[in-house]
Amino acid sequence: MHVKILGSGCANCVNLEKATRQAVNELGLDATFEKVTDHADIAAYGIMRTPGLVVDEQVLLSGRVPTTRQVKDLLAAR
Amino acid sequence: MTTQTSPQRAAVRRWALLGVAAAGWVGLYAVNEVFWTWLYATVFRLDITTGWASMLHFFSYDTVKITLLLSGIIFVVTVLRSFMSIERTRALLGGRREGVGNVLAASLGVVTPFCSCSAVPACIGFVSAGVPLGVTMSFLIASPLVNEVAIALLLGLFGIGPTLLYVGAGLVIAILAGVVIGRLQLEGQVEAFVYETRLRGQVIDSTAGLTWDDRLAMGREEVASILRRIWPYLLVGIGLGAVIHGWAPADFFARYAGPDNPLAVLVAVAIGVPLYSNAAGILPLIDALYDKGMPMGTLLAFMMATVALSLPEMILLRRVLKPRLIATFAAVTALGIVAVGYLFNAIL
Repeated sequence: MHVKILGSGCANCVNLEKATRQAVNELGLDATFEKVTDHADIAAYGIMRTPGLVVDEQVLLSGRVPTTRQVKDLLAAR
Repeated sequence: MTTQTSPQRAAVRRWALLGVAAAGWVGLYAVNEVFWTWLYATVFRLDITTGWASMLHFFSYDTVKITLLLSGIIFVVTVLRSFMSIERTRALLGGRREGVGNVLAASLGVVTPFCSCSAVPACIGFVSAGVPLGVTMSFLIASPLVNEVAIALLLGLFGIGPTLLYVGAGLVIAILAGVVIGRLQLEGQVEAFVYETRLRGQVIDSTAGLTWDDRLAMGREEVASILRRIWPYLLVGIGLGAVIHGWAPADFFARYAGPDNPLAVLVAVAIGVPLYSNAAGILPLIDALYDKGMPMGTLLAFMMATVALSLPEMILLRRVLKPRLIATFAAVTALGIVAVGYLFNAIL
């Protein structure tokens, strides 16, 4: 599983990554993380509010920082 | 465990908690001034009408009042805004022409959840989806100019009249500036990659599938995050306000920056543009200056210049907009603010 954290580096992206890493650990998943900071790349995913969470090229969430529980739900529902 | 309770009971509990919080808010707001007056005047036997004691009283009272106003209004606005998303705004703006498009963009700029760190992705998202440049600029100007923090504080410090005036003026500036930028045909001043951006995958609505609990939690988090970000500005602003309130002679500002000085608005905007603060830091200061006789038009122009145009946001926008367009954006907006300042000074 490949996780991308989209955002230009404000506090929201750091918090999103933290929640996502926690969720991945709790679910016992195997994931690689990547930070996407380039504006053109972020826009290509159709994201207009950072931060964004992309897993295996699928946008799961944008515009807000979720709780670990919400990330777990999103990952489980995939 | 709360997770075991039925949905009905959880709902009752949620709204009951919200009701208690609202009642607590009203109670604190009502006793705020009475409490500080009692503490300083009755308990410490200070003369709170002059000098140090007056400053201390003003600072304590204003800090609590403004924190309460901010928390309450940011919470309500964030919960309401969770029903609106920037994706929906873009869908509404796609294919709009000049005029109608600018009016809609400016209005949506007020109600769409937005922060300056999203200015760049929103700009790319709008332009690449075919929203005209002038319409996009109306949105980008209205968003920071007419924001919930400014509205909350204006309402609390000056009442409904000046608040409506501010919102109306902000909308007019955003609409007209967008129309002017649209007419100037500056499409070539947007970095080429913006037009080449193609969506891969499906766009998701950033507010899809939220429950009431999610929306209320978003409200609470937004209050915490905004207060965490702005408290230094707030304290400096209230501190300066307290100093002016306690020490500046009553007619000091009226004499140098009053209605008789034709340059006052220009100077206020010239100071406001490079000054990087937000409404929370500026409004306590404006409140104190107003008390000392500065006219409302000059003060609103100063505040608009401070919140609408900021160097950090322009540096961010430089990644998508070329310098000429950014300079035009700043110049047109500043001109609009100066005009509004003079207009208000003339009619108020």
